[in-house]
Amino acid sequence: MRAPLSASIAIATGLVVLIGYFVPLGFLNSLRVFLIEWGVVLAGVAVLIGIANLYYVHWRKMTAGDPKSVFSAVLVVSLTATLLLVGSLGPAHPSSLWLFNYVQVPIESSLVALLAVILVYAGARMLGRRLDLSSAAFIITLVIVLLATGPLFGLEVPGLAEFRSWIAQVPATAGARGILIGIALGVIATGLRILMGADRPYSG
Amino acid sequence: MTVSGILGLAFVLVFFGLILTFTFVGQKRLKVGFREIPAISRLQRAIGLSVEAGTRLHLSIGSGNIVGFQSAIAFVALRVLEQVSRAASVSDRPPVTTSGEGALAVLAADTQRGWMRATGLEFDPAMSRLTGLTPFPYAAGVMTVVHDEEVATNILIGSFGSELALITEAGEREGAGSLAGSDNVPGQAVLFVAAQDPLLGEEAFATGAYLGAGAAHTASLHSQDVLRWVVIAVIVAGAILKFVGVL
Repeated sequence: MRAPLSASIAIATGLVVLIGYFVPLGFLNSLRVFLIEWGVVLAGVAVLIGIANLYYVHWRKMTAGDPKSVFSAVLVVSLTATLLLVGSLGPAHPSSLWLFNYVQVPIESSLVALLAVILVYAGARMLGRRLDLSSAAFIITLVIVLLATGPLFGLEVPGLAEFRSWIAQVPATAGARGILIGIALGVIATGLRILMGADRPYSG
Repeated sequence: MTVSGILGLAFVLVFFGLILTFTFVGQKRLKVGFREIPAISRLQRAIGLSVEAGTRLHLSIGSGNIVGFQSAIAFVALRVLEQVSRAASVSDRPPVTTSGEGALAVLAADTQRGWMRATGLEFDPAMSRLTGLTPFPYAAGVMTVVHDEEVATNILIGSFGSELALITEAGEREGAGSLAGSDNVPGQAVLFVAAQDPLLGEEAFATGAYLGAGAAHTASLHSQDVLRWVVIAVIVAGAILKFVGVL
């Protein structure tokens, strides 16, 4: 077995957390919470490593004379400035909040707005690429729900709102729950494979 | 211990027992195959093409929290990365990986480093990147990778929401195909429309078995199939009992 020590630690930790959820023993529950807290801290440290990697990639692009290095330079400068500003003043400082409210939020909002156009275009492309029963049903349901949800400028279509409610409460909910049950089975299977040592995403 | 706790533990133990049983029985003796999933067949062709034609694959493993429910799909994506890295390690252009979570970025780099080292090649840290820490900035970072690295195929398996459409659109503009799977229900609605090869429902969790990741993957897929029917039977029985007034 590759990396037996890391596999043993991973399996033992996973078993403690799993059994701790089902068996109400005081020390086991405390150990489970303790291990999860360690996991959260390690995930936080990994974020710092990831940011360092992001910095390194774009610094390399910037200094290598890449044709698009100006974008990497913007990222490096803005990352450094934000780290210094928020690191020194704190995330609740008005300057930090200004940065969040007037830079990050508008940019993310514009990406979300772009999504609406992209999804319409993708829907039209899907009809040309993959016109089958499921695609047609998807588009018809989409149109019905949009018409029933959006304003029709005073036009009342009898039964449309009720039909939309029925779609949301019956077939859509049933389908979503079916998908979630399947995903839950997949999640449990993945976890059990890791506990068995058959999957080792940590050993490289 | 509560009744739900006992039932939950019993379910997990039964699942574990089924995986062990199917692992030892083996697929040939089971004589039950898997249905074809066109998306995974095209993925296998794309991996082969990356070696023959020297094209680059891009694998994005999403922005799910590693300490939460979404970690499972990310571990599936890491297994796919291992299979892709193994196959494409002899390619002129090794695969590039992106993620939206720090720990996943570290694990992806570790996976790629292992295979590069095994084939005697030097690992370039730029081949595995964290592109953002929230869904939309992460997608924006992935869009630039798709463009800059001249990606031929995007493999998007992870916890994706609606930001997936931005990534697939970037791929379309670059002429790159996209295969996508997510554990997020709204994300699946988006990938059905936006991706060329969507993996719907729990098909993403089956990629390991289809790519030959090992007997345990095949066994767990068979176990999922059995338990899915058990869950369906319990739901139908419960609905009937409720209808006749017993429950």
